[in-house]
Amino acid sequence: MMRSLYRIQAIFFKELVQLKRDKMTFGMVVMIPLVQLMLFGYAINTNVRHIPVALVDHSQTAISRVLVQTVEATQVVTVTQKYFDLKSAQAALEQAQVRAILIIPHDVSQRLARHRSVGFGLPASSDEETSRPIAQWLVDGSDTMIAAAIKGLKNMPLAELLSKPANRGTPTFEVTLFYNPEQRTAVNIVPGLLGIILTMTMIMFTSGAIVREREQGNMEMLITTPIRSIELMLGKIIPYIFIGLIQVFIILSLGYFVFNVPINGGLGALFSVTLLFIAASLTLGLVISTIATNQLQSMQMTIFVLLPSILLSGFMFPYEGMPKAAQYIAEILPATHYMRLIRGVILRDVGFTDMMPDIYWLIIFTAAGLTIASLRFKKNLD
Amino acid sequence: MSKGSDFDLAIQAKQLSRRFGDLKAIDRLDLNVQKCRIYGFLGPNGCGKTTAIRMLTGLLKPSSGEIQVLGLSLPKDAEKLRLRMGYMTQRFSLYNDLTVKENLQFIAKIYGLAGKKQTRRISELLSTYGLDQKKQQLAGSMSGGQRQRLSLAAATLHKPELLFLDEPTSAVDPENRREFWEQLFDLCDQGTSILVSTHYMDEAERCHKLAILEDGAKRADGTPDELMSNMAAQVVEIEADGLRQLKQRLIALPDVITAAQLGSRLRVLVKNTVHEPLVFLQHNTKLEADKLNIVRPSLEDVFITCTGGGRQ
Ligand SMILES: Nc1ncnc2c1ncn2[C@@H]1O[C@H](COP(=O)(O)OP(=O)(O)OP(=O)(O)O)[C@@H](O)[C@H]1O
Ligand SMILES: [Mg+2]
Repeated sequence: MMRSLYRIQAIFFKELVQLKRDKMTFGMVVMIPLVQLMLFGYAINTNVRHIPVALVDHSQTAISRVLVQTVEATQVVTVTQKYFDLKSAQAALEQAQVRAILIIPHDVSQRLARHRSVGFGLPASSDEETSRPIAQWLVDGSDTMIAAAIKGLKNMPLAELLSKPANRGTPTFEVTLFYNPEQRTAVNIVPGLLGIILTMTMIMFTSGAIVREREQGNMEMLITTPIRSIELMLGKIIPYIFIGLIQVFIILSLGYFVFNVPINGGLGALFSVTLLFIAASLTLGLVISTIATNQLQSMQMTIFVLLPSILLSGFMFPYEGMPKAAQYIAEILPATHYMRLIRGVILRDVGFTDMMPDIYWLIIFTAAGLTIASLRFKKNLD
Repeated sequence: MSKGSDFDLAIQAKQLSRRFGDLKAIDRLDLNVQKCRIYGFLGPNGCGKTTAIRMLTGLLKPSSGEIQVLGLSLPKDAEKLRLRMGYMTQRFSLYNDLTVKENLQFIAKIYGLAGKKQTRRISELLSTYGLDQKKQQLAGSMSGGQRQRLSLAAATLHKPELLFLDEPTSAVDPENRREFWEQLFDLCDQGTSILVSTHYMDEAERCHKLAILEDGAKRADGTPDELMSNMAAQVVEIEADGLRQLKQRLIALPDVITAAQLGSRLRVLVKNTVHEPLVFLQHNTKLEADKLNIVRPSLEDVFITCTGGGRQ
């Protein structure tokens, strides 16, 4: 038993020394979370803003100019081009200079006067027929996010146009946002990114670390020593647990100080679920290392796991909105479970009982991974 | 072989074979390696030296045959053998990005050597193998010969009873090779059994006993002297002009195994089936008798005779 620990410790320290000498990898440990978080924290924004649009104003009146200003004031769109005829505007749309065209008809003032959104109240003969849309949008629908943003303008109130108080009517539902009331994307992105970055680095580092030994011929020496496979595996993954924790620290402090992502749950819970996820990812890396014969293969397999972890885990798209088959695949991935756990802990401070199913899965995954890896790793060259 | 001598055997293999697909890398190899001796595997590239050593260390499973190493039968008891043997791989297998000392410390820890014992053993090895000055140097930045000395130090760190060395001196200059062999004899003297593979004749000649391998099969074995005196050919040296043409003419004869030029002489191997090689050659070369001499065979002659010649 003591000998066993001693051998694990030998591998552990050797790994640390090698890591210390490998400046590139060491740099990646710090730079990957740093750069990715800064990049995605700012770049990934599901609230679409400042879409470039073209304006075709057939009326050329003061009222049309005020209308354009009001639309721009929403910040959803910015008028970048102005045309006198529709044809050239459509050409601009085709060349992707703009994503949409706003066409203001010549009778815009009459239309406005009759329109509900302006808030004059309905005309005497309260007939929908009499009021017509004020202007028209032609939208490039290929990007669904942009299209949806402009569709959102469909019923925008125009009361400010004539500095009248708005009459929005009573909504059917009242919506109160918990946990992320200002709807900042970063609040959701940062904990999610934690899962993605850990998936990537943990799997890549461990699988690479063992495959490298094989590639460089060290394995032939190692397997002629009394070291056991499980000792080798443990000695290999323990250093990366620390590395994972360093990355977690970087991401969360950056999230807190730069993006104001609060940590509502307890640090103990945060630490435990993260540790579990790191362990699960590391064992997955170990399993990969017993299959791959060179570092390129191990890299490819890492990406094979990484892509569904990004796309299906709930990081990009809500889990609930995915088709059943995709949900089943997602359930296998540790990242999906971690995504739920970490968002739960950071954003909502959920209780332990609610987290149990996901925690169990991570434990089962780790145990299974470690067993498979130790069974598959043979101390011979056959 | 008498029953009693089995106890003196470090390695015993019977009808050992190993296939890789259709290729017979090792073909029905019988081996008896005595304890406290240096036993050599001599053979050309690809003859199966490494494969044989890997099977004898328990790294590869034989396709058929039996192996007993230090009284343990392989591959079943491979784990028990680990503590008692050392293996220096053909390719450098320590860590290039660790220093000499770190590499040795790592190996020491793996073998459970700690504290004072570890420090003492490592400094002992560093001075034995002349690595004192280099101990802070990264293994990857050392010369080939230095690296091989480091490998030997690592393989002998836990004082194994049996040492496998796979082409240990392939990157070592002749002088250092001598020194390396001095160290092997020291180890042997201290009771270590050694199996070493090589394709150098001068190295093979230093072994107590050796086996000549070709295409995975053993062509001959014994002490270098036995091999030379039991050789199935005689060596004749011819001094003459126009040796290139003469050589072409002689190797066309079925009773001539091979002919090789050494400066102004031609070294001809004639099969033992020819009773009077001098007369035979005189007849075929039309040279005077004093131009032809029977000489003592070298190990290289043995090697060429055993491996069917032709390979030059
Ligand atoms: N893992 C393997 N898979 C397939 N063939 C192999 C494998 N290992 C060795 N061989 C083949 O077995 C034969 C013997 O190889 P081996 O490495 O034992 O030769 P060697 O005597 O050590 O040669 P060298 O002097 O070049 O080191 C070669 O033909 C080689 O191609
Ligand atoms: Mg070899």
